[in-house]
Amino acid sequence: MSSVLQLLASGLATGAIYALIAVGFSLLWQTSQTINFAQGEFVMVPAFFVLVAMNLGLPFPVAALVGIVVAALVLGVLFKHVIVDPMLRHGVLPLVVATIALSLFMREAVKDFYSAQAQPFPSLVADRDITIFGTVFSAQSLTVIAVAVVVVAALHGFLSHTRLGRMMQATAQNPSVARILGIPVERMILYTFLINAVLCAVASILISPIYLAKFTNGETLGLAAFVAAVIGGFNQARGAMLGGVLLGVLDNLCAAYVSAQYRAAVPLLLLVVIILFRPQGILGRAEERTV
Amino acid sequence: MMHTLRLRALSRRTALGALVAAAGLLALPGLSTGARAADDVFIPNIVELSGAGAVSGTNWRDGIILAVEELNAKGGILGKKLNVPHLDTQSDASIARAQVQKVMDDKPYVILGPVFSGSVLVTMTQAQQNEIPEIVGGEAAAITQKGNPFVFRTSFGQQASMPKIANYIRDGLKAKSVAVLWVNNDFGKGGRDNFMKEMQARDIKVVADVSTESGQVDFAADVVKLKNANADAVFVYTNEEESARFLKEARKQSLKGAMIGETTLLSQKVIELAGDAANGVKGHVGLSADAPVASLNEFGQKFKKRFNYANDHNAIKGYTAIYMIKAVTEKIGKFDSQAFAKALHGMTITPDKEPGILMEATWDQNGDIDRASFLGEVVNGQQKIVEVLPKIGK
Repeated sequence: MSSVLQLLASGLATGAIYALIAVGFSLLWQTSQTINFAQGEFVMVPAFFVLVAMNLGLPFPVAALVGIVVAALVLGVLFKHVIVDPMLRHGVLPLVVATIALSLFMREAVKDFYSAQAQPFPSLVADRDITIFGTVFSAQSLTVIAVAVVVVAALHGFLSHTRLGRMMQATAQNPSVARILGIPVERMILYTFLINAVLCAVASILISPIYLAKFTNGETLGLAAFVAAVIGGFNQARGAMLGGVLLGVLDNLCAAYVSAQYRAAVPLLLLVVIILFRPQGILGRAEERTV
Repeated sequence: MMHTLRLRALSRRTALGALVAAAGLLALPGLSTGARAADDVFIPNIVELSGAGAVSGTNWRDGIILAVEELNAKGGILGKKLNVPHLDTQSDASIARAQVQKVMDDKPYVILGPVFSGSVLVTMTQAQQNEIPEIVGGEAAAITQKGNPFVFRTSFGQQASMPKIANYIRDGLKAKSVAVLWVNNDFGKGGRDNFMKEMQARDIKVVADVSTESGQVDFAADVVKLKNANADAVFVYTNEEESARFLKEARKQSLKGAMIGETTLLSQKVIELAGDAANGVKGHVGLSADAPVASLNEFGQKFKKRFNYANDHNAIKGYTAIYMIKAVTEKIGKFDSQAFAKALHGMTITPDKEPGILMEATWDQNGDIDRASFLGEVVNGQQKIVEVLPKIGK
């Protein structure tokens, strides 16, 4: 029983990180029909922003903040203006291709300008055990879960209970009506890109101490986020959250009790089942579009 | 309309011209694998500079760079300078094979690398077909068991290192049960099979046999399996980055039992990546700059000064590979690939005759190396050598 609980805690920690990435993925889709196939690299790169800041002599907490700010500017503002805006005019497919190209560019750029080797990355908390009801949990896993819960709760509060958040939701639901109502749609979309970049940067700071900072990290994370978003419901942020957590827990349980070799196939199998039997995702809503 | 058509035709011709020019440039042998001078010796290094083997490959390459710089500064070998281009396998056996095929057109004297056993196993047949010696960093036992007279190791094969580890587990740790965690590639599988054989021979029970994937990032489930096995010792046989991730997870979940490894687990890069989680790791070390051997210590200092990081065993392997080439070539007195391979079988190179070899080494008829080695442990983030093990042949 103790092992199952430990696996659940580890799975929840990984799943919480997947959830952060998947929520950003889903938000971008809802507000701007952007399917960002560079999302994994958006999580890989901020770790290197933090490392560069630390190499310049900044302590880790300050470097982490610098990393988040730089990520917001580069992966939020710059990404929207340089890649998304010019490409989206030509439809979703060219943008998808552009983000795939961007992911390759980011991966190779980090490899060439930083290192092809994995880099150590500091943890938010020191490794120690915390015993809850007789089961030993790692402080690091519990911290990851706590940080992810706080970030997601803050995001939910912002979107549901602030005027700005509701304006963003209105933009996501119907940009034309939102524009008629006087909502600055372009600015709302920009805010979504900023939120996505910050979520990716937070995920990066949480995952890099476990995965180590490496240019290839985006491959695994990007796929996990995409699958999580589809499983949970691409058009629902809470669906993406559920998908992420489900994926993290399933991955760990399968690796321990089914097969470590086939663990990578399990999310894809789940994806196929969801597409066949509930294409809108577990919490997603069916959408009709005029073509 | 006419104008547009003419423009299209022109652009197609231009594009075709550009393609032909590009193909022509690529076909030039000098540009494909590094510019060639008429009087240099071509020794290409095909190695893992990205992908899962980047840590090993980068160390191996930098060791080679250091040795080549030293030798070329002194006039090279037999008066000829060494031309050693470094080609990336991306840790992929098929790319390694393609790179070896590419350099064969330029008639290399000797080929260096790869380090990953899987890549060595596919490239060594090409070396044999072309009768070019291949000096490799791979440790899988199978490499020297195929009767290939052109393949030579720079480190112990698993058939030599696993008995040393097994003796240490039985005599040093007095462990009665052991759990094994290994990476599912040619290196890991070969190591695991040899380790199992040695455990059986010593009547030590293997209570868990956990395979992991190359490049794996999440070891939570594997550590839970090892915890449930409750073994006296855990033998870890994976590549550098995976070893570090595993150690961090093991520390996170407070995995009990002595953590034992073979060279990689105690390497500088693993210690750097795993941080405090590497403390307490013990095992056999084939080569180390921290060993109580003056020549290895001096090499470590030189390497750090040149590259600004602490080397691991792969850097020593790369460095000594170049001096091995020098010693053999000076013995045969010419640049003859076949004569090189013949001469190296059964040859012993000693540091008093060739200081760059760092430690006395002997190559047997299979291309396996025999050399002194060490038992070590990680204490306060530093590798500490606790015992020197003599050459097997002594």
